[in-house]
Amino acid sequence: MQFFGGSEISPSLPAPTASGNNALMMYVFNRNGICLLYREWNRPLRTLNAQQDHKLMFGLLFSLKSLTAKMDPTSMDKGNLGVPQLPRQGCSFHSFHTNTYKLSFMETPSGIKIILVTHPRTGDLREPLKYIYNLYVEHVVKNPLYTPGTLIK
Amino acid sequence: MAPVAPRSGDAIFANVERVNAELFTLTYGAIVRQLLTDLEEVEEVNKQLDEMGYNIGVRLIDEFLAKSNVSRCVDFKETAEVIAKVGFKMFLGITATVTNWDADGTSCSLVLEDNPLVDFVELPDTCQGLYYCNILSGVIRGGLEMVSMKTEVTWLRDMLRGDDAYELQVKLLKQVPEEYPYKDDE
Repeated sequence: MQFFGGSEISPSLPAPTASGNNALMMYVFNRNGICLLYREWNRPLRTLNAQQDHKLMFGLLFSLKSLTAKMDPTSMDKGNLGVPQLPRQGCSFHSFHTNTYKLSFMETPSGIKIILVTHPRTGDLREPLKYIYNLYVEHVVKNPLYTPGTLIK
Repeated sequence: MAPVAPRSGDAIFANVERVNAELFTLTYGAIVRQLLTDLEEVEEVNKQLDEMGYNIGVRLIDEFLAKSNVSRCVDFKETAEVIAKVGFKMFLGITATVTNWDADGTSCSLVLEDNPLVDFVELPDTCQGLYYCNILSGVIRGGLEMVSMKTEVTWLRDMLRGDDAYELQVKLLKQVPEEYPYKDDE
């Protein structure tokens, strides 16, 4: 089952490049760290094999979430870094960007994490990420032949 | 960009694709009837309905979160309110009321005045121990487990057994924090 082609999810926000497609890579993880979906459209440099790449990405996000929650200046002290958080605590970051790419992230309360790596000048991607989540729900979750926790084919 | 506010149950119910209520009720009745014929033991059927509900709940939670835009609930009280007002409205078209909070806020009752699953249903004498709507308790348990809350859901009152309303007791056993799934040495 084809999930969807790359052109559907290009953010329709202006970008300096001439081509329409901004997205470089996409990952979807579930709460146990299993990578449910990985798609790439334009990735010139590849450093690790797929397994390690997924683990690295998941670990990065897990730690970033933890770090951003602990450094939150608007909330009460919560304990040391490294302690697993209770579900209601903590804020969640949306994106970070470097000089070569921008990574946007969305996590649902049920643990599904959607990550989009795009061109650095791309605007706020929260709406497109929500749209992708809706697509996930419509086609993956409602598919009776799909077992939750396995790869999306 | 301002965050999108959570949508009310009525708004979502108006937008969602709906099926005929009678078709839904009759299909559910056929499922329970078939389970009774296959398994014959009322306890087994109760357990099987709960399992089925759990599997449904695990998937339903994603659809619920996607359509209703609720953010993370701060505590269990808010969770129960959201289930009663938004969840039940969105999927079954009814609203439940939340009552009977216990002292530490970990257990409450959801009271349903009408229940579309039990239209036209009467329990015969041979099936007196059957919890006809046990699938609902499984759904709630499955859904809450996917948002890191381990709960226990039981039926307190059941109209098919002669009470005046349906009452579900939802008890929070514990909140499971998110853990890093990979082992350090791998």
